[in-house]
Amino acid sequence: MPVNGAGVQQTEGSTPASPTEAKEDNMTDNVHQQQSDNGCNHQSPNQNHKPQHGDGPETQTLPMPVPDPPIQYTKLFINNEWHESCSGRKIPVYNPATGTLLCEVEEADTEDVDEAVRSARAAFQMGSPWRSMDASDRGQLLNKLADLVERDRLLLATLEALDSGKVFLMAYFVDLMATIKTLRYYGGWADKIHGKTIPIDGEYFTYTRHEPIGVCGQIIPWNFPVMMFAWKIAPALCCGNTVVIKPAEQTPLSALHMAALIKEAGFPPGVVNVVPGYGQTAGCAISHHMDIDKIAFTGSTAVGKLIQRAAGDSNLKRVTLELGGKNPNIVFSDCDLEHAVEQAHSGLFFNQGQCCLAGSRVFVEGPIYEEFVHRSVEKARGKVLGNPLLPGVDHGPQIDQKQFDKIMELIESGKREGATLECGGSAWGQQGLFIQPTVFSNVTDDMRIAKEEIFGPVQLIMCFRTTREVIQRANATQYGLAAGVFTNDIDKALTVSSALQAGMVWVNCYNAMSVQCPFGGFKMSGNGRELGEYALQEYTEVKAVTIKISQKNS
Amino acid sequence: MCHLFINNQWHDAVSGKTFPTINPATGEVICQVAEADAADVDKAVQAARNAFKLGSPWRRMDASNRGLLLHRLADAIERDAAYLAELETIDNGKPYAVSYMVDLPHVVKCFRYYAGWADKWEGKTIPIDGDFFCYTRHEPIGVCGQIIPWNFPLLMQAWKLGPALATGNTVVMKVAEQTPLTALYVASLIKEVGFPDGVVNILAGLGASAGAAIARHMDVDKVAFTGSTEVGHLIQQASGGSNLKKVTLELGGKSPNIILSDANMEDAVEQSHFALFFNQGQCCCAGSRTYVQADIYDEFVERSVERAKRRVVGDPFDLKTEQGPQVDQEQFNKILGYISSGKREGAKLLCGGGVAADRGYYIQPTVFGDVQDNMTIAREEIFGPVMQILKFKSLEEVVERANDTKYGLAAAVFTKDIDKANYVSHSLRAGTVWINCFDVFGAQAPFGGYKASGNGRELGEYGLENYTEVKTVTMKVPQKNS
Repeated sequence: MPVNGAGVQQTEGSTPASPTEAKEDNMTDNVHQQQSDNGCNHQSPNQNHKPQHGDGPETQTLPMPVPDPPIQYTKLFINNEWHESCSGRKIPVYNPATGTLLCEVEEADTEDVDEAVRSARAAFQMGSPWRSMDASDRGQLLNKLADLVERDRLLLATLEALDSGKVFLMAYFVDLMATIKTLRYYGGWADKIHGKTIPIDGEYFTYTRHEPIGVCGQIIPWNFPVMMFAWKIAPALCCGNTVVIKPAEQTPLSALHMAALIKEAGFPPGVVNVVPGYGQTAGCAISHHMDIDKIAFTGSTAVGKLIQRAAGDSNLKRVTLELGGKNPNIVFSDCDLEHAVEQAHSGLFFNQGQCCLAGSRVFVEGPIYEEFVHRSVEKARGKVLGNPLLPGVDHGPQIDQKQFDKIMELIESGKREGATLECGGSAWGQQGLFIQPTVFSNVTDDMRIAKEEIFGPVQLIMCFRTTREVIQRANATQYGLAAGVFTNDIDKALTVSSALQAGMVWVNCYNAMSVQCPFGGFKMSGNGRELGEYALQEYTEVKAVTIKISQKNS
Repeated sequence: MCHLFINNQWHDAVSGKTFPTINPATGEVICQVAEADAADVDKAVQAARNAFKLGSPWRRMDASNRGLLLHRLADAIERDAAYLAELETIDNGKPYAVSYMVDLPHVVKCFRYYAGWADKWEGKTIPIDGDFFCYTRHEPIGVCGQIIPWNFPLLMQAWKLGPALATGNTVVMKVAEQTPLTALYVASLIKEVGFPDGVVNILAGLGASAGAAIARHMDVDKVAFTGSTEVGHLIQQASGGSNLKKVTLELGGKSPNIILSDANMEDAVEQSHFALFFNQGQCCCAGSRTYVQADIYDEFVERSVERAKRRVVGDPFDLKTEQGPQVDQEQFNKILGYISSGKREGAKLLCGGGVAADRGYYIQPTVFGDVQDNMTIAREEIFGPVMQILKFKSLEEVVERANDTKYGLAAAVFTKDIDKANYVSHSLRAGTVWINCFDVFGAQAPFGGYKASGNGRELGEYGLENYTEVKTVTMKVPQKNS
């Protein structure tokens, strides 16, 4: 394994991996620790856990990657068993930081998807263990799964960093914490999904049952592999569905480890099936399948359209989509400038810019424009690139050659179309898919870099004069996923947050995500909402039962 | 000796007083317990108030972490379930098999259920008229006094703590003087899993002193009481006489259990037996008026008597035992008094009616037939193993008779006819109606009474409302847009 480089220390048996394991501390300490651990919850993650080189006590308390992590699971997970692919084909899985091959994983295709769907369908039959289970026991299974993820948190974070190139500490503190919290949160919902009784006209008694939809196909991306896995399966399972989930071909490892934990937790066979494969084959088979009742997809808007069309062409399966964004982040001159610069920086560069939420159009008000650009460039230059498993590194490689090439091509277009390249703009290092943190100023709305989703470490800073103007410009996009606004003026904050066409608006913060809070896009950024109570609607069919009664009484 | 649990520490009573807690199976003293009165309540309220201050660890905690603490508490209780079940049986007299198989699992599930609610108790944003932005926050009420009974000591503690803590309140709990032991052990678990100081304070004491001090305390924001209707009146009066603290009450019942002639006889007999005799008859929701349709009355009575005679009364630690002793001498005497009144007023004593052992507070499973609605045993809550069977002819008649009571806690109907099931269940004035079953409880389903059986609902999502203040925040905006 090409993992254990200099600087990676063994910490087996040292401090607890999670604050939640530190039983005897008083809760005050736990809570503060947990709050700061969860970058996803309160603050931009990038500022939280930057490891300090040579800072002895600090580095000792930080978790370290598992050296030479075992890759135990490389097969298809169907009916709680491990299968080889029908075709015999395998997917090579690379470490994007080095370009070396990590392992090969069985490649699912149509036949394997069929097998997985059969297994999910069988698990969903009336009278099956899964269908006849108490809702509170479904919740307990999700809680158990959360416990197991917590147990394997270091290993999962290591696999995630190896496979996706994301910084290990981010994987540990953000991705894994969010995964655990998501499973726990939906564990709690399982027995709280209430139908209603309804005062219908006439001599009838009417009630609704919130029933699971059935077999759910779920297709997830490579930018937050294990967290997306949890976002998808947790609401689906808490509502009682069964799942056929396809992780991205770039990043199947954490999903397969999760499959093993699902079995260990005690989910009945067939409830969750994990089929790594390519979009054009396995993904296409899922979206066209006549026996899949619902599909949920997270990925590009281009593929989102294909998914919607496939549902129309096949069985009108329900579709939820979580797609791209070109998210405006609006900075007024009355804001706390240092904070805004910091949040805008992490709002774009977090996860190497590979976020559908990335604040990729930073609109800055005229009077502070130059100062904002100056400080943003300083921040971008301060980033430490390198092997994401090493302490001190806070920026890893892009996921694969295709993404790398696309980002470099868009950077070139920015230069060509007349934006000012303030810093970065090139590849970095001798190996791996690294791109220098890049900042463009003097960007205009008609440039490609201002219109297309770059999905890379490229920050675009535009200038605006009036509130009305910036609202109009911010909304002039096919996307509508997220937005930010920085101001200390309560009227501006409320006006802009109401006017923006986006599923999430952050005021004086960015990427402030939490499992309790719904997430999803206006316009071509998607369809439906994930997380929060809202996500439950995407995984339930409402059945109205009406019974004739002999005499009505209020 | 057991102490008072205040601010995550163990305290003697300010007065230095103690009282003995008794094993009702033997009448012997188990141990001495520190006896709280007004001075101790003041200390506990002060601790709870401090824990509730703005900026305190408890107030600043993420809701999901409150949930995690409740999960941990459930885990700890599950770990110690056998010990807690044993302690419950020694202190209360209920059969160990029931403590372990019924009470403890329900306790664990209740805490887990409310753990899940902690970060799901959502306010709303509201489309108010005018250029305003309006939203609600669901805030904790503050310091909650909670007074719980002796019939399900652990479970009542869970019903009370679960929603109060999930919503972020702090608690001063008074446990019944008959059964303080398990609640105080849970106090140690509350500390172990990491609840901050002062969030939960648990006192053992008498109703007339400690209970009264809580009910009339000027710095307790809410009081929740489970117990008799008589004391419920006092609690409500004390609130009115002090600071108008919010009051929820879970009181007595005289719950009708209606058996229609098309019911499955064997099942109805067994369920009706269980409905009354479960927990030595010491249930507020006991099915204590069994209305049986005339054409099956004789057979039902005969089978019920036969079933009651088979009921195994004895040592609660014998796994075959179905019925243990009543909780104390006072209850024991009261129940025997009711049995005498039944005989005196002309009900037909079909079995039982006497003391069942030469020590401990055991009473024979007792069945009265030919009970009339105006008899004392048909009107008052006996809270013991005494079954009343009444005869009826028509549906309309039985609904009227079933509703002719000051109580309205629970009710049941046994029938295979869907129309009758709907008609009766919709007509009964009761907070819970069971159809072809009895005493089916889930943490998910609300429980509480109509009329003099109480005020408010426990369990389910409804249970959260009793621990929440709704705050409406309205903000001027320059211009409204949908």
